[in-house]
Amino acid sequence: MSEIETILRGAEPVPCAPWSRYVLNPASWQALAAAAAPPMALWADTTQVHALYADEARNLILIASCAVQNGRYPALSPLRPGARWFERMIADLWGHAAEGGVDARPWLDHGRWPNTLPMAARPGPPPLPPEPPEFLPVPGAEEGGDLHQVPVGPIHAGIIEPGHFRFSCLGEAVMRMEARLGYTHKGTLGLMRGKSPRAAARFAARLSGDATVAHSIAFARAAEAACGIEAPPRAAALRAVMAEVERVAVHLGDIGAIINDAAFSLGLARFGWHREMVLRATAAAFGHRLMMDVVVPGGVVTDIAPGGAEALREALRAAADEMPALARFQDDVASLADRLIGTGIVPPGMAEAFAAGGTVGRAAGRDADARRWPGYPPYDTLSFAVPVRTEGDTDARVRVRFAELEQSMAMIQALLARLPEGPLSIALPTASGEGIGVAETFRGDAWHWLRLDHGAIAASFVRDPSWAHWPLLEAAVQDIVVADFPLCNRSFNAAYSGVDL
Amino acid sequence: MPLRHIARAVLRGPVSEKLAAPAPATVGELAARLDAASQARLGRSLAIRHVDAGSCNGCELELHALQNIVYDLERFGLRFVASPRHADVLLVTGPVTRNLVEALRATVAAAPDPKWVVAVGDCGVDGGVFKGSYAVAGGVSAAVPVDLVIAGCPPTPAQVLLGLRALLEANAG
Ligand code: SF4
Repeated sequence: MSEIETILRGAEPVPCAPWSRYVLNPASWQALAAAAAPPMALWADTTQVHALYADEARNLILIASCAVQNGRYPALSPLRPGARWFERMIADLWGHAAEGGVDARPWLDHGRWPNTLPMAARPGPPPLPPEPPEFLPVPGAEEGGDLHQVPVGPIHAGIIEPGHFRFSCLGEAVMRMEARLGYTHKGTLGLMRGKSPRAAARFAARLSGDATVAHSIAFARAAEAACGIEAPPRAAALRAVMAEVERVAVHLGDIGAIINDAAFSLGLARFGWHREMVLRATAAAFGHRLMMDVVVPGGVVTDIAPGGAEALREALRAAADEMPALARFQDDVASLADRLIGTGIVPPGMAEAFAAGGTVGRAAGRDADARRWPGYPPYDTLSFAVPVRTEGDTDARVRVRFAELEQSMAMIQALLARLPEGPLSIALPTASGEGIGVAETFRGDAWHWLRLDHGAIAASFVRDPSWAHWPLLEAAVQDIVVADFPLCNRSFNAAYSGVDL
Repeated sequence: MPLRHIARAVLRGPVSEKLAAPAPATVGELAARLDAASQARLGRSLAIRHVDAGSCNGCELELHALQNIVYDLERFGLRFVASPRHADVLLVTGPVTRNLVEALRATVAAAPDPKWVVAVGDCGVDGGVFKGSYAVAGGVSAAVPVDLVIAGCPPTPAQVLLGLRALLEANAG
């Protein structure tokens, strides 16, 4: 019997589809964190804390839960560094304290909400007047030390989401950067509570607008799993078309923006053009440039419009035609190579330690993709490669994006060539139960969990892949020069809204 | 090589699209709100500072698109700037989360007068789908006075451009 089976033995599995949830005692809760691959996410409800494990090497997916006693639960952050930010978020929203945790500073709660602990069974008292945020001590950054501090944000000097970065620098070199987020916290989990999955899908679609399709798919699959249904084949195929179009559109925008941050504006012009043409074709095919609210629990709301497939094919063909020439810039333009290669290296082992997916993880050697494992329809019927590199630098992140573009464009053509016939959606029964859904956003694997009580959401959580990317960004920008930060940040393109909830 | 790309683009000619003129009603309405002094001072050019007040990042994607070669914002005298101190217009997205109210007010205050605040997106209008959440103030006007709203979730680049051009026309008198 494996170590994990031993830990789970005797634990009560709670019905949750398609993967079980186990309620563990505090000792097993910690033992599991030590034995399995690092958890994907931690979150809570009013009585328990939950940790999601997706351990590909063991082919194991499960949620572990632990009862909160006297407002406390055993921390996982001493064992698993990625747990730190989740524990801070849990303390802010539900008020459960991580006993023995490595960081008790607030995260989402900036002292500005009408009440503290907005998700607790009984909301907490109004906050005390906000205090200046506390940053981790950096040796040399104290008063009179060698380092100087550069505060940046929350409002940034570009069209970009808000967050605060605190740089501790020695001259031009960054010794440490700490991100302080939470500014875009919109209370999404609170808004979902009490709503039907159909009504709550609007919030899933707006967790991070650039990944609206993929998050909507993960949310819909969680709701469908909880209700014991599966969306019809035509819906699954159309969802995949939309998800891959989303990936293509974002990668086109991102590659252009990254190389523009390396002062190569010709690239931005060409990629911007192709992105615009893809978005227009998307609007022609699905009625909305970003495809918001098209994917819903049960299926999709609209079929692909007549002529939509041709419009998409045409825009993709034009992009595919120019892509080899644009990709060659990365090798041929010396100034570009100089800025990209060796910049913002994710230290070896970190992608694994934080279970980082997407281009960030795959450019740093972590060979994971939710479309392949655990997989979901219709990807089991498609052939595609998952590009992986090991350099972990900005150059690798751009190269992975180029390779993914090619894969996604081919997938869309294959999907459009044989869209299954049949209904677009099926009605969601009024059910009670728990479900987990996963989808690969352009950033990596997004996981949604929800608990339905007679058709209404009683509790839910959304794990955007960027939870793992922020700590990696902090590590990757150590030793770069401050002026390279925008370039590194852009190449990660971590979500702010997606993790601020 | 880049040179070949540039040569091809020059031969092909500009790809930027002509744009429909904004509705006279919108222009008239805005013109009424601008005083003569500011018109004389600013002429037909506006420096724009974007402020994300808690958006989902959807609106930002479309604001980015304004700068691509198809919409090519700058040919209208409209330009995104990096500092509120250089801005005539503050383009605000998002439902205004409570965690950003102070930062939004400070940014608007940092812009010199005369200035205009434009709320972009359904969120900016009244909080959009996030209306009523404990964490949002509920629209840009809940934090700062608003001169123009551009609805949509997100509004398309063409819609944003139309709104901004209306502001520009009104501004030019
Ligand atoms: S209006 Fe829509 S796209 Fe814009 S920030 Fe709000 S939810 Fe996102």
